[in-house]
Amino acid sequence: MGTLNVIVLIPFIAAMFVPLFYRFYRKGFKIHIGFLPLLVALSLFIYLLTYIPSIANGETFLHTVSWIPTYGIEFSAYLDGLSLIFALLITGIGTLVIFYSIYYLSDNEQLGHFYTYLMMFMGAMLGVVLSDNLIVLYVYWELTSITSFLLIAFWYQRKRSREGAQKSLLITMSGGFGMLIGFLMIFAMTGSMSVREIIQIMPDMTDHILFVPAILLILLGAFTKSAQFPFHIWLPDAMEAPTPVSAYLHSATMVKAGIYLVGRFTPVFGGEGVWFWLVTGVGIFTLFWGSFQAVKQTDLKALLAFSTVSQLGMIMSMFGMGSVALHHGYTTESVFYTQAVFAALFHLVNHSTFKGALFMAVGIVDHQVGTRDLRRLGGLATLMPITFTISLIGSFSMAGLPPFNGFLSKEMFFQAAVDITKFGLFHVDTLGNLIPIIAWLASVFTFVYSIIIVFQTFLGPYREERLETPAKESPFGMLVSPLILVTLVVAIFFFPNVLGEHILRPAMASVFPTIASEADLGVTIAHWHGLNPALWMTIGVIVFGALLYKFYKSWRWIYAITPDNWSFNALYDFTLSRGVKVSRKITNTYMTGDLRHYLLYIFVFFFLLVAGSFVMLGAYDFTISDNAAISPFEWILAMTMLIAAISVLFAKSRLTAIIINSFLGYGVAVFFVLFRAPDLALTQTIVETVTTVLFLAAYYFLPEMKPENDSRKTKITKLAISVAVGATVTSVALASQNNRLFERVSTYFENSLELAGGRNIVNTILSDFRGFDTMLEVVVLLIGGIGVYAIIKLKAGKRGEQLEDQ
Amino acid sequence: METLITILIGVFVTIGTYLLLSKNVIRIIIGSSILTHAAHLLIITMPGLKTGGVPFITDGGGGEFVDPLPQALILTSIVINFAVTALILVLAFRAYKTLGTDNLAEMRGPKYD
Repeated sequence: MGTLNVIVLIPFIAAMFVPLFYRFYRKGFKIHIGFLPLLVALSLFIYLLTYIPSIANGETFLHTVSWIPTYGIEFSAYLDGLSLIFALLITGIGTLVIFYSIYYLSDNEQLGHFYTYLMMFMGAMLGVVLSDNLIVLYVYWELTSITSFLLIAFWYQRKRSREGAQKSLLITMSGGFGMLIGFLMIFAMTGSMSVREIIQIMPDMTDHILFVPAILLILLGAFTKSAQFPFHIWLPDAMEAPTPVSAYLHSATMVKAGIYLVGRFTPVFGGEGVWFWLVTGVGIFTLFWGSFQAVKQTDLKALLAFSTVSQLGMIMSMFGMGSVALHHGYTTESVFYTQAVFAALFHLVNHSTFKGALFMAVGIVDHQVGTRDLRRLGGLATLMPITFTISLIGSFSMAGLPPFNGFLSKEMFFQAAVDITKFGLFHVDTLGNLIPIIAWLASVFTFVYSIIIVFQTFLGPYREERLETPAKESPFGMLVSPLILVTLVVAIFFFPNVLGEHILRPAMASVFPTIASEADLGVTIAHWHGLNPALWMTIGVIVFGALLYKFYKSWRWIYAITPDNWSFNALYDFTLSRGVKVSRKITNTYMTGDLRHYLLYIFVFFFLLVAGSFVMLGAYDFTISDNAAISPFEWILAMTMLIAAISVLFAKSRLTAIIINSFLGYGVAVFFVLFRAPDLALTQTIVETVTTVLFLAAYYFLPEMKPENDSRKTKITKLAISVAVGATVTSVALASQNNRLFERVSTYFENSLELAGGRNIVNTILSDFRGFDTMLEVVVLLIGGIGVYAIIKLKAGKRGEQLEDQ
Repeated sequence: METLITILIGVFVTIGTYLLLSKNVIRIIIGSSILTHAAHLLIITMPGLKTGGVPFITDGGGGEFVDPLPQALILTSIVINFAVTALILVLAFRAYKTLGTDNLAEMRGPKYD
């Protein structure tokens, strides 16, 4: 096991220890429980930092542990440029978020749960970005959905939290399931589960019939996870989670897993028209839709959620634009198009910094004044100056203004959107002209909502009566993390090439392995490009954005055009409620609560399966030639038992039934005597006697047997089923007596005198050859005895009923 | 002999199944009991009947005896079956005491009415 595998496992191990430490913490231990996960995250982050020099030199690391080698499933951890960016974000932002949460969450919350889930999430997320094996990747992928579900529902007492958690789980899991099928299709095409190998094989498979379905299904997984239109609806509802969770999972890391997947699979599917149009098209539309919807939100967190949706769409679309570079293989023109992916990776990092800071700032506002409703907020700038500064830097970076990192990546995005229109294939020359237009329009809205965050929260009149608690600056502990992030926002603006050279450039080699081997794909990020179209677009965004903000009231009617019940949310609610209703209806038709019906299903299934295969295989082989002779006494016994058995059906009183049953038992004992089995006969006689006594004891307590009163139809059904089952057993038994497939094993036991020192072979089998079986049989008997005692003696509590009433 | 016993087994299974599909608890228990008898007879019939003497090694040696393995299996089964019968009998008793009925249809509770 390599160190990389350990990196993935450490958070899970930490998750196991958190509850243990939480007990100490509850008992008044001095150090806050959050410091354990903090330490884990921080050390992982520092350890991953040490990989930067070697990764920047183009090295990659692979450690493999066999898991299910028969199916080619291996726990292989693979670290290259692309994984490293994500791994650093996961551990780095994770560290800051945990530190922030220590001050954000009150001690009355279930902190043990919180940090356990958070650690599990961190491990799962590291697993996603470090796995080379598709199945392992899928397992971690779903694990992130599960931990996300648990964290969204952290305040599970609230209905909205539960619903948000359910929604996110349903949407991301169904996408993940599609992705699994896509993975299996890839396996069917290439015969490999390893991403590295698939990248080698896949370019020859573009004509395969599964090629396009695999693209669609894998993108379904990526789009649901990264909240792309129309699956974005889960992300705003996920904001019911505590703010540290929103900052971490639903902005900086988990929602970027879809982008990671797209980046990872770009060398596999890139250069195809379907891939380009889906990724770019969905991305760019999400960018527009998210920013457009964000403007109308009044809840700060909802606004940030839509803004995240929008920004994710932007990164997604850039990955799509860059993927065209793979169409021709290595040419100078291709290198030109790869720059879009560079911009995407750059913005990925930038988004995590400024959006993380913004979420934390909003969390602080919520924490300090008790609301995050824009209609109630205002004028906090002088009262919370540090929070104001953080929000200002974060928002302006998001809006794409200098001197913040968002400006640089936004410029590069515009440049990429303009450049892509020059690409001659996939109808980009016609339809593709829409790309820069939509991109620009979306950026105008982005500008508007970024301004809303700052102006409506921190400027304008301060109305204390509308707040839950009067505003005052938060304790310093909560400010540390967002301050670090905004420092990064500014630092990256001034020294973008440190990041570009050491972290982004190696990642380009992961996305474009074929081109990177020919040319250096690093891009020197410049602050000043001259008066190019991108700069003009930015200036246009600022001018129009400012106008739109100023005259927001006069164009607000646009949001009222589509009625509420036409939204995707309404569709989701409708599908969910219908789904529950219909499946309950279907289930109720066969889950009747009547034991007889369930038995009926079992018997019918048994009959169809056994009798069906019996007939299909033509296994009839009935001969009576080597049967043993039947003496008249045996005839009489058999016939008597036959009659007795049938008469049970007609027994009116339970006493008759019990006595006939005993008669059958003793009859079997007589048969045992005839069949040379004295031990069985003895045991059967004793047990039958005790059973009869038991029955008679029960007779004393139970009421008289009532007639069944079955309808004619029920009776016939029962009879038909019983006869069918009986006939099946008889014919199979008859046929199998004449088919010996292998030698009998009993000859071994017949040496019992030498092997076990016993003359009675049956006894030696029980007590010697199969002694352990007999011992366990005694255990079963004991358990049965305890069960009998418990059922008679114990009284049922009322607990169950109380729970159901709630 | 084997064929005769196998037919008897078939009848036992038919009746056992029919009783299992009853509403009354006692009938169900008797049904399961009859099914057990059928299973025991089936196991002992499988290797052929009366093919030799009792599976007991005498000093004189020699002589064929019947297959001992099915007997060992049945011996285990008889005991286990006893435990099961005792348990469901007591369960029926307890259910009657708590719910006031020995009818399966009535035991379902109000959820299905």
